[in-house]
Amino acid sequence: MQKKMAYSFPDEVLEHVFSFIKSHKDRNAVSLVCKSWYEIESWCRRKIFVGNCYAVSPRMVIKRFPEVRSVEVKGKPHFADFNLVPDGWGGNILPWIKEMAGAYPWLEEIRLKRMVVTDESLELIAKSFKNFKVLVLSSCEGFSTDGLAAIAASCKNLKELDLRESEVDDLSGHWLIHFPETYTSLVSLNISCLGSDEVSFSALERLVGRCPNLRTLRLNRAVPLDKIASILHRAPQLVEFGTGAYAAELRPDVFSNLAGAFSNCKELRSLSGFWDVVPAYLPAIYSVCSRLTTLNLSYATIQSRDLIKLVSHCPSLQRLLVLDYIEDSGLEALASSCKDLQELRVFPSDPFGVEPNVSLTEQGLVAVSLGCPKLQSVLYFCRRMSNVALVTIAQNRPNLTHFRLCIIEPKTADYLTLESLDVGFGAIVEHCKDLRRLSLSGLLTDRVFEYIGTYAKKLEMLSVAFAGDSDLGLHHVLSGCESLRKLEIRDCPFGDKALLANAGKLETMRSLWMSSCSVSFGACKLLGQKMPRLNVEVIDERAPPDSRPERCPVEKLYIYRSVAGPRFDMPPFVWMKDEDSALGLS
Amino acid sequence: MAYEKDLNLEATELRLGLPGTSEESAEKQTSATLRSNKRALPDMNEGSVSGDNHSNVAAAKKCDQETASPTKAQVVGWPPIRSYRKNCLQPKKTEAETARIYVKVSMDGAPYLRKIDLKGYKGYPELLKALEDMFKFKVGEYSEREGYNGSEFVPTYEDKDGDWMLVGDVPWEMFTNSCKRLRIMKGSEARGLGCVV
Repeated sequence: MQKKMAYSFPDEVLEHVFSFIKSHKDRNAVSLVCKSWYEIESWCRRKIFVGNCYAVSPRMVIKRFPEVRSVEVKGKPHFADFNLVPDGWGGNILPWIKEMAGAYPWLEEIRLKRMVVTDESLELIAKSFKNFKVLVLSSCEGFSTDGLAAIAASCKNLKELDLRESEVDDLSGHWLIHFPETYTSLVSLNISCLGSDEVSFSALERLVGRCPNLRTLRLNRAVPLDKIASILHRAPQLVEFGTGAYAAELRPDVFSNLAGAFSNCKELRSLSGFWDVVPAYLPAIYSVCSRLTTLNLSYATIQSRDLIKLVSHCPSLQRLLVLDYIEDSGLEALASSCKDLQELRVFPSDPFGVEPNVSLTEQGLVAVSLGCPKLQSVLYFCRRMSNVALVTIAQNRPNLTHFRLCIIEPKTADYLTLESLDVGFGAIVEHCKDLRRLSLSGLLTDRVFEYIGTYAKKLEMLSVAFAGDSDLGLHHVLSGCESLRKLEIRDCPFGDKALLANAGKLETMRSLWMSSCSVSFGACKLLGQKMPRLNVEVIDERAPPDSRPERCPVEKLYIYRSVAGPRFDMPPFVWMKDEDSALGLS
Repeated sequence: MAYEKDLNLEATELRLGLPGTSEESAEKQTSATLRSNKRALPDMNEGSVSGDNHSNVAAAKKCDQETASPTKAQVVGWPPIRSYRKNCLQPKKTEAETARIYVKVSMDGAPYLRKIDLKGYKGYPELLKALEDMFKFKVGEYSEREGYNGSEFVPTYEDKDGDWMLVGDVPWEMFTNSCKRLRIMKGSEARGLGCVV
């Protein structure tokens, strides 16, 4: 015992050293060094991240980490965003809240993504955590403004309430009134997802006026343009602001009030909102444009020339979200004005139209990739693409880390050569050595997966749709992509062979989603039997999968690693192996 | 059971949507409305057409492949756009048509006012029914000569000139354009406006 002491520090010293280590990966690594480091790290970890709420149980988390102050949990798979996960699938946070209410009375932060959050959960949060500070609900659903009222009324130290992109049952705008008059600690409020009901505006004004530390305020669409000035006058220190509908009859007094209010906001760096834009009011923000680093115009249905005028005032822009109304000409202007651009997202204004309604093609993306040396992250919807454009982009922007391309019509070939886009995407993965996220589209054969398996060594997330010819495609990805954590596939001819041959790989990943592919129920059962630490969920709304021959493909399949075993809250349309069926026959 | 006799093409076919998913967004798309006509026309199918769903779907799929028509079966979840984004795009075109007219509604004796959007109703019967539901009262029978008969509640409105008028006297369009606010009068005050108690 004595001879080891020379090499060990007192626990307090280790704890102090560990407190400088923030990233989850590093803390996980620390905990693997030796048993005493594992133990010390466990009881001094303050933040935990659970990437899949079913990968571990709340009790297991609490047992290992008893002193947590901040929790982040994610629920449904990403394709739930596009209605591919049926309602009622799962992801309810309540079991977690119930356990944490008892175990973590000093919990300060809860961040959730794609989870079902009911008013009951919100009320329990409000009641249980006396020092609660941060609530971020990203793409969540299941709660109403009543739940928000409970949070507002009880959480005296609340700093952040961010409902980004959640679906809220908007029963009444009066929930804001529940923030007591003595409450002044708000730093960040994002209610942009709330419906078209008006939030109680006078309560909002008073709230904003008495919270001197407010730096982020994102309003919902229902807040009219003529109310913005009064809000901004009460919070000139804002750093991030989201407007409501940016439309009103053009009146000089309203315009000058608005422009004056914006010009007062010297710290403003991010603007969003801009529903229903009346272009004549855009110049009201010109005074802040030179300092803007983020601009979200993805709801603004304004034409290219107005967009060009606007972005040419924003030389410091790092992040732009915009509709394809910007067109190639607007993207060329962006490329010449915004040399600091790091992230570009272009959304389709008419996603279901068959003919293009705007002149936005691969040329716009090529222009930005040529003109913006810091470009790292791209999300681009367009209607045509070519290999030569992709190769150009890849060669010019090897620093890309996120590349998500959606050619709207599935299986669209290279419009110049009519070939597949294998070579183009191949160039992307070959040149962009730090690529972490990739979404494919267009006409693609197994070849593109061979390139991906060969080159995409840092790739963590891959999204595939309507691509490939055979199991070989899937095999290339599963056997080659060393860093792969999340793989989501829809409508591809991938079947049993690649999946079963790479079963072990699945335990190194967070999850695999496959829908409308050719994986048979028999293979799912086999996988579930072979791999006890994988949950193999078969999702089928038509009929129980065992009412059909085993060789029939399943509708949807969601496989994820878990130390918690099968979950207990499966709805009737989800099948998973249980302990018994591992031994039994179908 | 269609499943046994085939390779379960349905697992990979294009279709309108899964059971239970809303087809609301489909209805808003002009291209999508043509799609439903396609399925209903059996003469477009060369193969044998039986009445059941399966072969219609397979036949429609065959049609999609044969004709390069602009209408095609919309695929669930494609293109991959969040539904709140889809909802934001349509309104711009019809903004002028569906500009809302919010008016305050008060009822004598009720502790707070409500607001309604007059554009949300097609005519007086709908409006009156909505008011009845909202404030839990009955409005009585309207006649041009006598106003509202058989109830002590009378719906009135203030028009652009500031005058208090009986709801129902003028054509609906004229009413929605001139109504500034509504008031449901009760009892004695109502008598002057033609209510026969």
